[in-house]
Amino acid sequence: MTDVGHYLAAFKAFAGNGAGRAPSWLKEIREGAIARFAELGFPTTKQEEWRFTSVAPIAERRFSHPAARIPRPVLSQIESLFIGTGPRVVLVDGRYAPELSSAGGQPAGVRVESLASAVAQGPGSELAREHLARHARWHDSPFAALNTAFLADGAFVLVPAGATLEQPLEVLFLSSGRPATDGPTVSHPRSLIVIERGAQAAVVETYAGLGDGVYWSNAVTEVVVGEAARAELYRVQREGPQGLQVATTHSRQERDSFLGAHVVTLGAALARHDITTVLAGAGAELILNGLYLLRDDQHADHHTVIDHAQPHCASHEYFNGVLAGRAHGVFTGRIIVRPGAQRTDSKQTNNNLLLSTEARADSQPQLEIYADDVKCTHGSTVGPIDQTQLYYLRSRGLSPDAARSILTYGFGAEILDRMRHRAVRDRLDHLIRERLA
Amino acid sequence: MTGQGKRETGNVLLEVRDLHATVEGREILRGIDLTVRTGEVHAIMGPNGSGKSTLAQVLAGHPAYAVTAGQVRYEGKDLLAMAPEARAREGVFLAFQYPVAIRGITNAYFLRSAVNAIRKHRGEEELGPVEFMDELEEKLKAIGWDSSYLTRPVNDGFSGGEKKRNEILQLAVLDPRLAILDETDSGLDIDALKTVAHTVDKLRRPDNATVLVTHYYRILTHIRPDFVHVLADGRIVKSGGKELALELEEKGYDWLREAAPVA
Repeated sequence: MTDVGHYLAAFKAFAGNGAGRAPSWLKEIREGAIARFAELGFPTTKQEEWRFTSVAPIAERRFSHPAARIPRPVLSQIESLFIGTGPRVVLVDGRYAPELSSAGGQPAGVRVESLASAVAQGPGSELAREHLARHARWHDSPFAALNTAFLADGAFVLVPAGATLEQPLEVLFLSSGRPATDGPTVSHPRSLIVIERGAQAAVVETYAGLGDGVYWSNAVTEVVVGEAARAELYRVQREGPQGLQVATTHSRQERDSFLGAHVVTLGAALARHDITTVLAGAGAELILNGLYLLRDDQHADHHTVIDHAQPHCASHEYFNGVLAGRAHGVFTGRIIVRPGAQRTDSKQTNNNLLLSTEARADSQPQLEIYADDVKCTHGSTVGPIDQTQLYYLRSRGLSPDAARSILTYGFGAEILDRMRHRAVRDRLDHLIRERLA
Repeated sequence: MTGQGKRETGNVLLEVRDLHATVEGREILRGIDLTVRTGEVHAIMGPNGSGKSTLAQVLAGHPAYAVTAGQVRYEGKDLLAMAPEARAREGVFLAFQYPVAIRGITNAYFLRSAVNAIRKHRGEEELGPVEFMDELEEKLKAIGWDSSYLTRPVNDGFSGGEKKRNEILQLAVLDPRLAILDETDSGLDIDALKTVAHTVDKLRRPDNATVLVTHYYRILTHIRPDFVHVLADGRIVKSGGKELALELEEKGYDWLREAAPVA
């Protein structure tokens, strides 16, 4: 069964070895995180939050941490994974790849760099100490705890107060997806993204697999959006066909900020994404906008929590799923309205299109409202192509196949329409059309 | 069952003979006869539940309606044997009473897909987005719209009146031989009605025809029909010229319902 001890031993080796240079505060966090992982162990489907997703493919294997000297791709091999040509930081199997990264061209104070170097020196060291592992709730999640225990490197993005960026900043986590001699490998992608007060920027995180072997990517991203900042965060998951991904994204928004968080899930055999967004300042606005396109035997579980901690905040959550083959999509949308979070305006929808009789979708809204002056609505649908829509399109001359394809694309386009960064949206539009073709 | 006292100059475009149709096992159409020639406008009137919309949907090919007897020939071809998309490509257009919303798909993309499906069928070159916009501009103006309607998702969040205008925009863009308007006038205010009627009227040509399904006399003051047919209980119980519409406006439908339907 679940082999927690394997990871405890790996942690010992890690702590006594390459992790030595870390500051003491980080070492302490790691020690706490591995202890917490040991207590929690891997979840089972008997736990409510994991009811629809079995992590047995992860828990029942022994994943090793890849050796330092693994062959890395060359730039031309991965060029197509980038959205633009702007600043970027690339990590391969959890290790910073300077020859694939590029920091140039951004205004003063903007950082797109390796997390390890940010922690070691520069403005990042203070910010990392303030934010790193302070938001993502590793106490509650064995996966976030394990990621935190092995926290060595990752991506650090800083947009300083008042800066306005046109070009998106990119973070790319690659898994080589090649099994090591002692079995499949695991890496722990980690991002810290800080958009300071009054800044405006778009950040794109892409997760991709290069090989078609089994591997595990266990990611954590923390996002801090300062007062009156406007941030667009895009997360594109294109893991390999046998990739296993568990991820935690945690965002915290200060007063009057806007965050558009967009999730496009295309890859991995098994994917679980826990998204927690905290509206921590009054007047903050969130758009949480996701699309999962699954086929074959893919399983993707999006587990979202929107935490309205302060009054006068708005959250609009839209997740659409398109499920073909024997794919299984799971959506959980928990909305918490804390006592005192009056004038909360919250809307949630989850629509699932089943393209085959064997595809399946489970959708669970969970509203927890502890304030009285709030507006909360939710709705979800699961079903095949709508016959009335199909007939309407056919009555305009479109073949049944063309009509189906338009209606399927519509599920994706509806999500794309909410993306505000035009170049990113166009690129993702292309990706989605390609996938649905 | 064409109208009396009107010269019949055009070619027969649509010929409906003894048409019977059911939905969910209930017989709604119980023997419809109708001949529509090119250049003509026919109004089909009748009380709610008389089968007007069913007739319109059966002609467009709605899969929920089953034709149990009779035949329909369109330009001499067996219309009932054709799939809905084949009918559209051959020039049959139904303006829906309840236009369908499609989220995520812009009106522009939808319209261009429809135009290109029909152009392809005719062996014409498909239009790119820019050429298509050029073609569209004038038609948009005719219905009183600006281009912002093109970037909105198809009928999504449209008011009732906007949906009806959108049907008329499609009519103008697709330029069919046989246009069937299913209660396009319902729910329109007087200005919208005038705009819609004017657009439809401008599309009248000697080589096309319009079937107007309506509950109200109002639209017929703007689009003058050549023939008026009264549908009751799934049959055409009376046909006449446009003066029949006025008579219906004054007397209502009850006097016809009581009269024995013509077999």
